[in-house]
Amino acid sequence: MRTETETMIQVKDVGKTFIGKENTVEALKGINLDIHKGEIYGIIGMSGAGKSTLVRCLNFLEKPTTGTVVVEGKDLAALSGKELRQMRMQIAMIFQHFNLLMQRTVLDNICFPLEIAGQKKRKARQRAKELLEIVGLSEKAGAYPAQLSGGQKQRVAIARALATNPKILLCDEATSALDPTTTKSILALLKDINEKYGITIIIITHEMAVVQEICTHVAIIDGGCLAETGTVEEVFTRPRTRAAKKLVFQGGTESGEIGRNLATGKRCIRIVFKENSSFEPVIGNMVLACKEPANILLADTKDIGGVAHGQMILQLPEDGAVAEKMIAYLKERKLEVEELEHYVG
Amino acid sequence: MWDNATIMMLVKETGTTLFITLTSTVFAYVLGLPMGILLVVTAKDGLRPNAAVYKILNAVVYKVLDVLVNVVRSVPFLILLMLLIPFTRLVVGKSYGPAATIVPLTIAAAPFIARLVESSLLEVDKGVIEAAQSMGAGRAAIVWKVLLAEARPSLIVGATIALGTILGYSAMAGVVGGGGLGDVAIRYGYYRYQADIMIVTVVLLVIMVQILQVIGTKLSKKLDKRITG
Ligand SMILES: Nc1ncnc2c1ncn2[C@@H]1O[C@H](COP(=O)(O)OP(=O)(O)OP(=O)(O)O)[C@@H](O)[C@H]1O
Ligand SMILES: [Mg+2]
Repeated sequence: MRTETETMIQVKDVGKTFIGKENTVEALKGINLDIHKGEIYGIIGMSGAGKSTLVRCLNFLEKPTTGTVVVEGKDLAALSGKELRQMRMQIAMIFQHFNLLMQRTVLDNICFPLEIAGQKKRKARQRAKELLEIVGLSEKAGAYPAQLSGGQKQRVAIARALATNPKILLCDEATSALDPTTTKSILALLKDINEKYGITIIIITHEMAVVQEICTHVAIIDGGCLAETGTVEEVFTRPRTRAAKKLVFQGGTESGEIGRNLATGKRCIRIVFKENSSFEPVIGNMVLACKEPANILLADTKDIGGVAHGQMILQLPEDGAVAEKMIAYLKERKLEVEELEHYVG
Repeated sequence: MWDNATIMMLVKETGTTLFITLTSTVFAYVLGLPMGILLVVTAKDGLRPNAAVYKILNAVVYKVLDVLVNVVRSVPFLILLMLLIPFTRLVVGKSYGPAATIVPLTIAAAPFIARLVESSLLEVDKGVIEAAQSMGAGRAAIVWKVLLAEARPSLIVGATIALGTILGYSAMAGVVGGGGLGDVAIRYGYYRYQADIMIVTVVLLVIMVQILQVIGTKLSKKLDKRITG
């Protein structure tokens, strides 16, 4: 899908240390990222991993303690106050709690960044109306944020973010306060915006589902360090690090049975199917071939970038030889097979 | 039961009290509003500027203002009134009468208003300020378009409280012949033992505070867009 395009954001060796009265927190350590134009880049990690800190470093709301952030070839640290403000008009941001101006109407909220950019009121209002159309909220122009639902508020925030025609859109947990259906619609809107206007989007989240839904690339951040980066497909099918596995199998190990199985030393494997491999009844054939049943603990499909990926977690028979035979059988069928044991605990 | 002259006098002095109160409040806001804004902006986690020099300067400004505000606020108004007589004379040329009352009232009320403004502005959601920053808003724009605009209902409630308090203080100025209803209460009620006039002035003062309160609260509610329906 992506050809080699220009680098939009380059994060080099970024570290951030918060020095407090009592304790010092090393929120980020040696982060390196390259985000290209037009990508939807997911940054995922557990709570407290440093995601918000990282995204705030991208527009210098937070100044990194070490390292550099280069946006469109410009080192943010080298910019003057005024230049930085100009640059920020190119890097829009939306938030978990929307952060709309409560005393302004929806339309005036969208006019706000245009006012700051020094646009004439009439032109600003016209642009704001266009944007409301894009996010599908034209009829709410005169409403106040307090009269909107969460999803509607986030749409207003998105319209506001787009007002100055930014090149980059940062989203910090933009869907975390929304229900699954609304989340889907907001993500669809973001994807649409990405495709229509070529805006590079960075999505901070703690939910793998969000990344799978729209991201092209993903970085996994764990304890302030970058654990893994790659395309979503790569990371989903072949997670290398413990942090990545934990996120990819989210829900799997926590939901009782798998965890219990692993804890009692039973062998479990995870298989990933791609669209082309799921036609053949692989598991059925495997059971027939090995003459031993395998217990299916979890099976679901996920849509990654429009391609269906199935995953299944199997509990293998006690007999080691049969288990090995099963793994060999599956690998022969070109399926990704992964032992689950090593990330328990 | 009173003659016309007494009634006219009460009406006139009610007007004087209103004049003193409103004028003092306006002047006190002229001083107190910027102080309140400065307190918020220069506070430790305020819209702190980048350079270290600014940081130190701001810390000093904040500390000095903070101490000043608290000192003036804790001196009883009556004492401040006396203390300020030379200054009042310097500003308005005399030390009694309505104009002379406005000077100490303004000075006493300004720090109080600075605190009211500060607390109103601190109520503004940090996230909204951050959003404005992320859009490239400068400090001036944030103060005007975010802090003051978003805190408007709360600022109005604060102004109502300030008006009520200043009205009460203006009555105190009656002790030094400051004019207005407080003056009447002291001259007629205290020196001439005319309890009826004393009671009437008190009732008038209470009614005025009440009216201010109602108007302020209504206005604030009406203007607050967070309240739906
Ligand atoms: N201003 C600050 N001062 C001190 N410590 C901070 C500050 N901001 C963040 N931290 C610390 O840095 C670490 C990372 O915080 P951050 O907000 O980036 O996490 P996160 O990944 O966004 O988490 P969540 O998913 O809960 O939002 C945490 O330990 C946090 O306590
Ligand atoms: Mg966060």
